[in-house]
Amino acid sequence: MTTNQALYQYCLRLGDTNLILGHRLSEMCSRGPMLEEDIALTNFALDHIGQAEALLQYAGKLEGKGRSEDDLSYLRNVEEFENFRLVEQPNTDFAYVIARQFLVDVYQCLLYQKMQKSTDETLAGMGSRFLKESTYHLRHTSGWMERLGLGTDESKRRIQQAISDLWQFTPEMLTAKSYEKELEAQGIIPDAEEIALDWLVQVVRVLSRSGLHKPQDVAVPPPISHSDHLVRMLAEMQYLQRTYPDARW
Amino acid sequence: MEKLHDFQRFIDAEEKIEPKDWMPDEYRAHNIRQISQHAHSEVIGMQPEGNWITRAPTLRAKKILLAKIQDEGGHGLYLYSAAETLGISRDEMIAQLHAGKAKYSSVFNYPTLNWADIGAIGWLVDGAAVTNQLSLRRTSYGPYSRAMLRICNEESFHQRQGYEIMLKMAKGTPEQKEMAQDALNRWWWPSLMMFGPHDNHSERSTKGMLWKIKRASNDELRQRFIDKTVPQAEFLGLTIPDPKLRWNEATGHYETSDINWEEFNQVIQGNGPCNKERMDHHKQVHAEGAWVREAAAAYAARQKEQLQEA
Repeated sequence: MTTNQALYQYCLRLGDTNLILGHRLSEMCSRGPMLEEDIALTNFALDHIGQAEALLQYAGKLEGKGRSEDDLSYLRNVEEFENFRLVEQPNTDFAYVIARQFLVDVYQCLLYQKMQKSTDETLAGMGSRFLKESTYHLRHTSGWMERLGLGTDESKRRIQQAISDLWQFTPEMLTAKSYEKELEAQGIIPDAEEIALDWLVQVVRVLSRSGLHKPQDVAVPPPISHSDHLVRMLAEMQYLQRTYPDARW
Repeated sequence: MEKLHDFQRFIDAEEKIEPKDWMPDEYRAHNIRQISQHAHSEVIGMQPEGNWITRAPTLRAKKILLAKIQDEGGHGLYLYSAAETLGISRDEMIAQLHAGKAKYSSVFNYPTLNWADIGAIGWLVDGAAVTNQLSLRRTSYGPYSRAMLRICNEESFHQRQGYEIMLKMAKGTPEQKEMAQDALNRWWWPSLMMFGPHDNHSERSTKGMLWKIKRASNDELRQRFIDKTVPQAEFLGLTIPDPKLRWNEATGHYETSDINWEEFNQVIQGNGPCNKERMDHHKQVHAEGAWVREAAAAYAARQKEQLQEA
């Protein structure tokens, strides 16, 4: 694999993660527990879709086959999607939405902080642009972790359940793909192991401040395959583009 | 009596009434009713449009729609706050909505069946709303008037985004044009109904005009909207679903058929295509969110306690 191909894969991985997470959050429109939160979650959706747009546009350029960010979003099949499995998990309840977002926010803040120093100018630029958004997201979700963890018995039970259920998907997010090693060595992308260490420290700090415990690590992580949740999501998301292939929107 | 006289003089001089000023109970009630109805409309309106976010056909379209709906939620917030200055809480307003005592705009009781509906809502529904709201910038209650100033700026962006979708669809493939025409057919009459009954049938108009809560009559505003919108439909190459529509050279206005008032009354009374669905959704989400609001309140109370102890 050439550096360009590896970087293309990497941009897909980050781009798809933002695309799918943004989509999940957009499903919360008119479903927030209060109007303020409805607005906040759809605002995060907007940020993630914006990040996806930039990353997938860059991926398309690296690939060199003339595919746009829309082609990549709307015309690929499920097995071609590289998003973290964590972000395709459904909005089971508000606690799941917050827990999923919190786990990703900590990761993205660390990632983008380091990405600002990438030897690749485009990635460096995106890193500093995205960091501002993710920092704000993390402030918001850390606040909710604490409010739910220390709120009522019910909220504590629900947020602990959500964190425990989603924990199994975190190793995949934190582990570099084999093609990433060479990119790390060239200083193009941040070192995944360093991020993983800092991630755990920060997550545990917020969990303990919120009266929650870190779930047991699973001995055998789940197989790395997409869920049916993603198949359904793509069917909905891609419906117009697939049904009317000649149309321009 | 003298107070009422002074109040009227103040209004006639185009002064704004502020929350702490004396006002007749009926003026307060009229404003609470109108502002809360307006707030509920913004919030319930998020449902038909939100219905298409997950199917938006490009990333750009998805972003624009998300931003737009977020604005509507924001308008709901300012308007709830404006109504709260009159001595009613948001919880009370939501309870009134759920009990069917407070209304929201009937236009949101129609379904969104294809992507062009998102265009039609922006172009026609927001277009009708902004026609009304531009005149409400001069409404006599200060907080409402200031909320309108802000809202109008955003609504004109919404109308443009809607028209842009219509333009793309109307100039697109034959199937897209068909969707655009279908959306116009379904949204035209409900948009005209948004201005309310004819002036001679509008019970509350008289007092509302006297107190300058309302600044233009239903029929005046409706005509303004029709005159502005018909040429836009012509530019799109779409047909307004009204065989009697014609330009009257003498009056300088378009003439239309009369609205189907039976349908209007039915939808207001709760028998529109989506009344139940919209209310059920709002009630269900509100009930499902109760544990979150309780947790937030319990946490806030504990923080306050700790602060006082310290």
